[in-house]
Amino acid sequence: MTPEELRHKAAEERTAQKRYKHCLNVCMAAGCMSSGADQVKEALTSVVRRYGMEEEVPVRAVGCMGLCSAGPLVSVEPKGVLYQEVKAEDASDIVTSVNDVPVKRIHCPTDTPFFTRQKKIVLENCGKVDPERLEDYIAADGYEALLKVLTEMKPAEVVQQVTISGLRGRGGAGFPTGLKWGTVSKAGTGQKYVICNADEGDPGAFMDRAVLESDPHRVLEGMAVAGYAVGADRGYIYIRAEYPLAIKRLRLAIRQATRAGLLGNQIFGTTFNFNIELRLGAGAFVCGEETALIASIEGRRGLPRPRPPFPANYGLFGRPTLINNVETLANIPTIIRNGGAWFASIGTEKSKGTKVFALAGRVQNTGLIEVPMGVTLREIIFDIGGGIPEGKKFKAVQTGGPSGGCIPEQHLDMPVDYESLMQVGSIMGSGGMIVMDETSNMVDVARFFMEFCMTESCGKCVPCRVGTYQMHELLDRIHRGQGTPTDLELLKELCDVVKNTSLCGLGQTSPNPVLSTLRYFEHEYQELIAAANQAHAATPAGEVTR
Amino acid sequence: MIQAVDKPQPPSDDKRWKIVDATMRRNGHDRHALIETLHTVQESFGFLDEEGLRYVANSLRVPLSSVYGVATFYHFFTLRPPGAHTCVVCTGTACYIKGAMKIVETVSQKYKVRPGQTTPDGKVSLLTARCLGSCGLAPAVVFDGDVVGKLAGPQVAERIERWVKS
Amino acid sequence: MTVPTIVPAQSFSMKIDGIDVSARAGQTILEVAQENGIEIPMLCYVEGLSNWGGCRLCLVEVVGQKKLFPACSTAASEDAQVVTNSERLQRYRRTILELIFSERNHVCAVCVSNGHCELQAMAQKLGMTHIHVPYRFPSHDVDSSHDRFRLDQNRCILCTRCVRVCAEIEGAATKGVSGRGIESLIINDLKEAWGDSQTCTSCSKCVHVCPTGALVEKGTAAAEMAKRRQFLPYLTVMRENTP
Repeated sequence: MTPEELRHKAAEERTAQKRYKHCLNVCMAAGCMSSGADQVKEALTSVVRRYGMEEEVPVRAVGCMGLCSAGPLVSVEPKGVLYQEVKAEDASDIVTSVNDVPVKRIHCPTDTPFFTRQKKIVLENCGKVDPERLEDYIAADGYEALLKVLTEMKPAEVVQQVTISGLRGRGGAGFPTGLKWGTVSKAGTGQKYVICNADEGDPGAFMDRAVLESDPHRVLEGMAVAGYAVGADRGYIYIRAEYPLAIKRLRLAIRQATRAGLLGNQIFGTTFNFNIELRLGAGAFVCGEETALIASIEGRRGLPRPRPPFPANYGLFGRPTLINNVETLANIPTIIRNGGAWFASIGTEKSKGTKVFALAGRVQNTGLIEVPMGVTLREIIFDIGGGIPEGKKFKAVQTGGPSGGCIPEQHLDMPVDYESLMQVGSIMGSGGMIVMDETSNMVDVARFFMEFCMTESCGKCVPCRVGTYQMHELLDRIHRGQGTPTDLELLKELCDVVKNTSLCGLGQTSPNPVLSTLRYFEHEYQELIAAANQAHAATPAGEVTR
Repeated sequence: MIQAVDKPQPPSDDKRWKIVDATMRRNGHDRHALIETLHTVQESFGFLDEEGLRYVANSLRVPLSSVYGVATFYHFFTLRPPGAHTCVVCTGTACYIKGAMKIVETVSQKYKVRPGQTTPDGKVSLLTARCLGSCGLAPAVVFDGDVVGKLAGPQVAERIERWVKS
Repeated sequence: MTVPTIVPAQSFSMKIDGIDVSARAGQTILEVAQENGIEIPMLCYVEGLSNWGGCRLCLVEVVGQKKLFPACSTAASEDAQVVTNSERLQRYRRTILELIFSERNHVCAVCVSNGHCELQAMAQKLGMTHIHVPYRFPSHDVDSSHDRFRLDQNRCILCTRCVRVCAEIEGAATKGVSGRGIESLIINDLKEAWGDSQTCTSCSKCVHVCPTGALVEKGTAAAEMAKRRQFLPYLTVMRENTP
C-alpha cells in the first residue's frame, strides 16, 4: 500500500459510512458475547433484512463499549442511543424505532458519570470500529501514525516524541517508555526485537483483552512504530492462551495488515520491514516478568533471571529487545498523530495521559473505563462506578492485583497516579480495580492473593518458593481462627524476608497484599487471633484442638 | 554422512500427527517452537501423553527432561485426558469476591471431584481458572468453551446434571 | 582460525567489608571476594556451571543502594562498597535457611551425608540452632532404581546443580525440573525411573556436585557419603582448552 492508497482508502470508507442514516453497533467483545451478543446480532440482521432496510441501517459488530455488567450492549449511531441487556426478542423494537424515540424498556442513559467522566485515548475506537475490518480502522485515522513516522520522522525523533509525551509503562511498574525506547535504539546495530506483552495475568484485570478484542490494529500499529524507532524488524505478541477471541482477532488483523502491505517488507514503499508473530502463553503469571517472558517465547520454562543484563541490551535470543505492554503500545498511534506535548497536557505532573481500569467486584457499574491520570478513587468508584450495590458500605479497593494492595476509605480522595498509589502501599499495576464492601474479610483477601502467588511462584528462588507457601499457611491458620500472636509475628518477618530477598518482581511484591491489609486492617487479624485464643482457653483440659 | 539418529516417526498413523508436524515444520523444527508445538498437540489430542512428548522431544531435539519440565511448568498443559465435558470456574479476584469458591464447593461436593479432577465415569472435569477476564460478569464459569456469567452454585450444578444424565 | 591475543583485563579497586580489594573488569562480586579470602555463603553456585541465583544466600548490600544484590551474578564495579555480613543480611540468611529446612525432610541423624553436607555446614556456620517456621513434612519418593546411585527427594534443596552439570558439562541433559513453585521436583527424562533412563551416562557428576544427601552413591550407610569434588575445578578448564 502506498501513502496515497491509504488516504484514498480512508476517504472512501468514510464516505461509505456516511451513506447510512443509522447504524446498529453490537458489542462483540468477550463480555457481551457470553451474555448472548451473537444471537442479538443475528436477530437484528434478520429483522433489518425483513424490513428491507439493509441499505439504510447496517448492523455492525464492534468492540467493547465498557459497561460489561449491562451487556449485551447495542448502540444506534450516530444518534448515540445505547441499549442494555438486549435480548434477541428486542431486535424488532430496536429496528423499528431507529427514526423514533428510543425503546424505553432497554434504554441505557449515556449522560451518567460512567460515560461523561471518561476520557478515551486507548479506547477511542473501542465500541466504534469493527475489530475484524481493517477498513474501519483506516477510516478512523488508522496507520496514519505509521505513515507519518516512516515518511516524515527519523527514528530518534520518534523516540523524542514518546519521551516528551511522558508516557510510562502501563504494565504496572511505570518505567518511562521513552527512556526504554532510547536504550534499545542505542543498543548497537543488528537484529533487534519488539515484544508486546499481552500476558495479562492479574486476576481481576481485563483491559488488555478488551483492547486486543476491540481494536487489534492499534496495537499492531504501535508495535510497528516502536520497531521503526528502535531499529527492530520483528515483533512478537505474547498473549495468554486463555483469550481465544483476542487471539483469533489478532491473527486476522496480522493477516489483513500484511496483505495490505501495512506490515511486512518495504512498508509504504520505504526500506522499513516489520513482521509480527503471535506466541501463546500457557498459563504462568510469572511470564509477565520480562526475562521469564523471554524464556517462554524461546520455548523454555518461564523462569526469570537476575538483571542486569536488561532485555534492552540482552533480550530475546540474546538480542536487544523492547518489551512493552498492550496499553502502552496502544497509546503510541495517538501520541504520534497528536504529538507528545498534547499527551503530556493530560494527567498529572509525573503521570501523563489516561489509564484504563477494569472496574469489578462490589460496585454497581462493572466494566472497562478510561480516565485521565489524577482523578480520585472516589470519583472512579462512586461517580463512574455508581457506588456500592445493595446499600452496603465501602470497605477497600484493591489495585495492582497480587502485587498491589488494599486501599481503605480514608485515602479515597487521593489522585490516581503512580506515586500516590505507591505511597499508600499499593501500586498502579496493570489496571485491575476490585471494589470490596463490608462483607469481605481482609485476612481472607490477603490469603486469596497469597494462594495466587504460591501457585504462580516459578520455584527458582527459595524465599518465593517456600516463603509464599509458609505465608499462605499462616494466613490460612489465622483465617480459620487458629492463629496465635506468634503466627502474626512470623508472618510479618516472612513478609520482610520475601520482599527483600526474592529474585524477581513476583516474589518481591507478593507480600504487598498482606502488608497493606496489615497496615489498614490489622484489627481484623487481631480479632481472629483473639477469638482463637479464647476458644483455645475455653477448651477443657486434656482435649486437643486441631 | 552418517546420521546419528533416524528421523523420528510419529507414534501412530493418526492423522492428527500431520497437524503437529505442520506446526514444527512451520517453525523450522527450531527448539524454540517447543511450546507452540505442545499447544498443537494438546489442541489435537486433548492432552499431552508420554508418546507425544517423546516424539516432540526427538523431532525438535530438545532433551526429554526439558520437554517434561515445560509441559508441567505451564498450567495450561495437561498430561491426563480430560473428561467428556469440562466446567471451568473462574477464581479471579472479582469472581472470588462474588462467591466463586461457593460454586467450586457446590460442584465438588455434589460430584465428588476436586478442582483439577474428572468424575470417575469420565464425563465431567472440574477446573479452575486464574481470571478469564470476564470480571464484569463475575462470577463466571466456562461450560465446554462457553462463558456464562453471573452464576450461583445451584445453576452450575444444574447444567452439569444435564451432562451427567446425557 | 583467529589467534587469541591476551589483553590484560582492566583492573580497579573497590571495598568489601571495609577492606580495599582490587578487581578485574568482568568479575563478579563473589569472585572478587573469594580471591581475597572473604567468604560469602552460597548453596546453588558452583564454579564452572552457569549462574542460577536461586538460593539467595549470597545477597550482599552495596552502600548507597536500597536493593540487595546476589554476589554470584552481580558484576564488581569500581569504587563500590560492598557489605557481606551485616546484621540484616545475617537475619535474612538464617530465615532463608530455615525455609530450606522446612521445605523437605532434612533429618541429619539418619542421612548418609551427615557430616559431609553443605546444608548442614551452612546451618552451623550461620548459627542456626533451630527453626521457627513450621516443617511441611511432605511425602516424597526415593528413586533407587539406578544400580549405582540414589535420588532422595526428601533431601533435595532444588539448587539445580545436578541439572546444570548434567546439561552443561556431561551434555546428557538427563536431569531436569518438573512442576513449579513448591511442587518443583528433580526428574530424570520424562520423570522416569532413573535406572530406566536411556540418556543417563552414569557419569556420577550430579552425585558429587549435589550439596546434600539428595544424590548419593548406593551402599553408603549413615554419615558415610563424602562427596568427591576434586574434579570440579577441571570441569570448565578442560572444556575451554579443548579445541
